[in-house]
Amino acid sequence: MTTSSTVATRKPVAWRRLALHVGCLAALLVMLYPLAWLLATSVKPADEVIASLDLLPSRLEWSNYTTALDGVNDVSVWQLLGNSLFIAGGAVIGNVLSCSLAAYAFARLRFRLRGPLFAFMIATIMLPHHAVLIPQYIIFNQLGMVNTYWPLILPKFLATEAFFVFLIVQFMRGLPRELEEAARIDGCGPFGSFFRVILPLTRPALITTAIFTFIWTWNDFFTQLIYLFSPEKFTLTLALRSFVDASSTSAFGPMFAMSVIALLPIVLFFLAFQRFLVEGMASSGIKG
Amino acid sequence: MTATQMPPAVRPSGAAAAKKAAGRRREGAAWVFLSPWVLGACVLTLLPMAVSLYLSFTDYDLFNPPNWVGLRNYTQMFTEDPRYWRSVVTTLTYVVIAVPLQLGLALVVALALKNMRRGRGFYRSAFYAPSLLGASMSIALVWRAVFNDGGTVDNLLGTGGWVNRPGWSLLAVALLTVWQFGAPMVIFLAGLQQIPGELYEAAEVDGAGKWRQFLSITVPMLSPVIFFNVVLQTIQAFQVFTPAFAVSAGKGGPADSTLVYTLYLYDRAFVASHMGYASAMAWVLLVVIGAVTAVLFRTSRSWVFYASEGER
Repeated sequence: MTTSSTVATRKPVAWRRLALHVGCLAALLVMLYPLAWLLATSVKPADEVIASLDLLPSRLEWSNYTTALDGVNDVSVWQLLGNSLFIAGGAVIGNVLSCSLAAYAFARLRFRLRGPLFAFMIATIMLPHHAVLIPQYIIFNQLGMVNTYWPLILPKFLATEAFFVFLIVQFMRGLPRELEEAARIDGCGPFGSFFRVILPLTRPALITTAIFTFIWTWNDFFTQLIYLFSPEKFTLTLALRSFVDASSTSAFGPMFAMSVIALLPIVLFFLAFQRFLVEGMASSGIKG
Repeated sequence: MTATQMPPAVRPSGAAAAKKAAGRRREGAAWVFLSPWVLGACVLTLLPMAVSLYLSFTDYDLFNPPNWVGLRNYTQMFTEDPRYWRSVVTTLTYVVIAVPLQLGLALVVALALKNMRRGRGFYRSAFYAPSLLGASMSIALVWRAVFNDGGTVDNLLGTGGWVNRPGWSLLAVALLTVWQFGAPMVIFLAGLQQIPGELYEAAEVDGAGKWRQFLSITVPMLSPVIFFNVVLQTIQAFQVFTPAFAVSAGKGGPADSTLVYTLYLYDRAFVASHMGYASAMAWVLLVVIGAVTAVLFRTSRSWVFYASEGER
């Protein structure tokens, strides 16, 4: 009796599970199509890019990549890559440092106006970037910093990305207070307990901050578009854009080869740190 | 580790005075920790907001000193500039298409993955990947090509390239946002996993069907997360820039059909050098986003259910 009833209920469940997997895989294929298209087009011969309806190229045209390595406007891809890395690296260091400092004060220290300042900090997460963009540009212009990397990196050292402050505050609030009390009894001041006790324990949140900062800065287009105009200071993103303007469809292959090169660091980061990224994204909504 | 090896602090006598001194020192320490953020908030947020409000009443063009023009930028914007209204309508259309589609898909996929035993981690990561890649110029260029004349979509559907047709181009931009449904999906999934299983078991005992369980348990228990996603994605959608720029090669075309608000703002500020006018546009955007957020928060009282409130 019992066995027959379990079999009766299990069978449709197994079917449903199979259908679910088929559905998910089908959705995944559709979603991954743009990436497959990008990879395929990056090795297509020039005459097949538009004319051919096949996704796969008839032969692999690796010269697209050698053309792409030459870069745009006489600036090689290596230099563009270096520029992108420099900006992203600077942003990562700035965000991790400044956001964790501010987060510690909000999470653990008592000071006047803490409530209102915390509320203000949260409000700036929602603040549209464009509201402050033009005066920021004017300020950096007055300081002679337009067409340098300062406007792209300096704000990160001033904890302007409140999202990360919030993320780290949430993480630090979860750490037991006894740790700092023990540190205080052992003679640590606020700085000692921050650097020796809290910061090492906050590592997961700091890694999440570092990875997201890297990817967002790497992908950023708007700020770079406004502040950088010398080709030798361009990033991969800006170079790709000028590729579009400068070339006809015949340069499609090299352009998409360069697109692949520009995406590669993000893909590698994603594969290496996917757990941090997914968990970091998940926790941002739950605790908010 | 090293902290435990340090000698205990020598405390001065007079506990109250010592406590007061320690409190003052901690207050001072707090401001040291806060100093980068305070500097950034003042110089890069508050000051620029004040300055842009001032500039919005001037004719500043980056090269000549600003002249006070009163409300002229605003009246010109609202009454004499058809492209401005075009960008407003385009942005609203975009928000109304992209946000519900993206969040709906995110919720459906999260529900499908919720009870999956094997493969959930894999699907979760795989569906999330476009959220990281989608903001890049590379993918935007792929989008432009796939939705162009002779691109995949044209070949499959025979509709012609969407990016060249005024009625369709914005949909191509919106689909790029929908493609990045992974980030809200991950947040939904984490929210779903926090709903206690006993609720569903109890509902099952009471004879509630799946649909009833969804409406009576899942939706109310998930409502704070739904609210969070709606607010966040709506605010972001109002500020969409890169995909519209890439799909239209920076022009907002064809026929201004992808001229979203920020793209027109960029055009006024950095192509036409009308910094005063663009500042006025930025302030209107700020006020509108603030108003939309306030409305969302106000309506949330009637449909967002916080479990902790019930316990209080």
